[in-house]
Amino acid sequence: MFESTIDRVPDVFTQVPLVNFVLLATMLFTIGIVGVLIRKNAIIIFMSIELMLNAVNLLLIAFSSYRSDPNGQVFVFFIMAVAAAEVAVGLAIIVMIFRNIKTIDISLLNRLKG
Amino acid sequence: MYPIIVFSVSGLLMLFLGLSVTKKSLLPINLVFLIIGLLSNFMDWNSPGLYFNSMLEVNNSLVIVQSIVILAAILVAGLSSRLFEDAIDHPAEYYALMQFAVVGALIMISFQNLIMLFVGLEILSVALYVLAGSDKRNLRGNEASIKYFLMGAFATGILLFGIAMFYGATGSFDINSGSSVGNSAMEAKIFFWIGLVFIFIGLLFKISAAPFHFWTADVYQGSPTIFSAFMATIVKTAVIFALYRLAVYSFSYEYAHWSKFLVIIIALSMFIGNLTAVYQVNFKRILAYSSISQAGFMLLSLIGLGEQSFGNLGFFTLSYAFATISAFGVFLIVSSNQLVDGRPNENIDVFKGLFSRNPDLAIILFISMLSLSGIPLTSGFWSKFFVLNDAASKGYLWILIIGIVMSAVSLYYYFKPIRATFMATDADAVSVSTLSKITLYICAGLTVLLGVAPNLFRGLF
Repeated sequence: MFESTIDRVPDVFTQVPLVNFVLLATMLFTIGIVGVLIRKNAIIIFMSIELMLNAVNLLLIAFSSYRSDPNGQVFVFFIMAVAAAEVAVGLAIIVMIFRNIKTIDISLLNRLKG
Repeated sequence: MYPIIVFSVSGLLMLFLGLSVTKKSLLPINLVFLIIGLLSNFMDWNSPGLYFNSMLEVNNSLVIVQSIVILAAILVAGLSSRLFEDAIDHPAEYYALMQFAVVGALIMISFQNLIMLFVGLEILSVALYVLAGSDKRNLRGNEASIKYFLMGAFATGILLFGIAMFYGATGSFDINSGSSVGNSAMEAKIFFWIGLVFIFIGLLFKISAAPFHFWTADVYQGSPTIFSAFMATIVKTAVIFALYRLAVYSFSYEYAHWSKFLVIIIALSMFIGNLTAVYQVNFKRILAYSSISQAGFMLLSLIGLGEQSFGNLGFFTLSYAFATISAFGVFLIVSSNQLVDGRPNENIDVFKGLFSRNPDLAIILFISMLSLSGIPLTSGFWSKFFVLNDAASKGYLWILIIGIVMSAVSLYYYFKPIRATFMATDADAVSVSTLSKITLYICAGLTVLLGVAPNLFRGLF
């Protein structure tokens, strides 16, 4: 179904090596992971997760262009659509918590203990 | 393939039926939809091949595994009678989301392309984030929901990074393309290894294997009990079979390297799961930690990876589903009759005197606990025997010893609720609805039947 439809690699990719894109995406991804692990505000954690997903998108597009293969770009659309669905559910959960305890600081959520 | 279509349509129908039908009649309708899905599953029997532009694979073994998932959904739905009768409950939405979650699980079992793995995982997870928080006024439920959501989305991000790296190494999302990396450049091999590690970590998060298990107990404890049972059985089954497919089709070429690390994860899961469960007093937390150690046992079949391993894993998940659903089911019925501060009592002492209050429930609990700990004459014994046999055939004898020692440890905490059932109490008798009773009898009966004659099911593969 997916024949290669990109005729040639765009100029920008012939000048910038692939490794640079991979490093940029990995850095963004790492910033996202660190954000999830150290921040306490639910919205900020959420933003960090989105940053991780966007780093993945960048990585997929870079690989896709280098290989002249459109599959990777199709996957990016899947990730964007699913991330939007996840945002809808996630914000609903955060609003539900804000209604009950008037804060979204996750360090205050400590009722579940062994 | 057909049940995916059936449940997608019936889930939508369910949402609209919620507007026009009384709450009581929603459960029978849900059961009818699920049974139609189960029957439609067998239309795929003896028609193996790749479907939807080689996105999904169909073959007889996968049909059986998909039937396990649908059967588990039917049993969980059977336990939900008498629940959801308050004005703030929305059973139509819950049942619809459960059907959508089953769609995700079915896709994860039969994916042929990593795009479908991601889509299936998200359909399953997003539905469960909502179900975990469905008790909106309960602060514990809220906490469980946000923890599950944040950890789940985090794990999805890690999995996606792995998939992107896999794509970079192989140039394709097809799961068979992993074998082509063997003779490619050094750069591609590095990408492939990063991809392998991140895909494994992402999925091990979802199955709650040891270093990635920290969210499990909180989420299981905080979620409504019926949805904890759903998570414990269906998510674990779907994810372990997704891992198995990846291990066989994409990563078997590097087996010698990753199996060493996977064995350590299995040992950690058994240690942490069993030793932490010993200190718990909340029954849902005990089951959560026991599910961590059971995840360790399930992963043993990835170490085995022989001709029999798929059948062994199928047998394990089926027997685990029966035992877990009946344990959660008995707990659900007993705890909803005993309130503490307006919420169901979740401590082990909720079972006090159950043997005199309702002997049937006590015996069903007894059988399911025996099966989870792996005592002979229950299916749990054979399931552990088969997967340990698998691992032993590859020469990992030390993991076998750890598995047996940890099973002995698990006897301690599995017998705590059983001991409580014989204690004296002045609480009232427990009444059970007919549908729940039938469901529990089926679970317990099949646990014993498969314990006596395991080849009834294992011969199907």
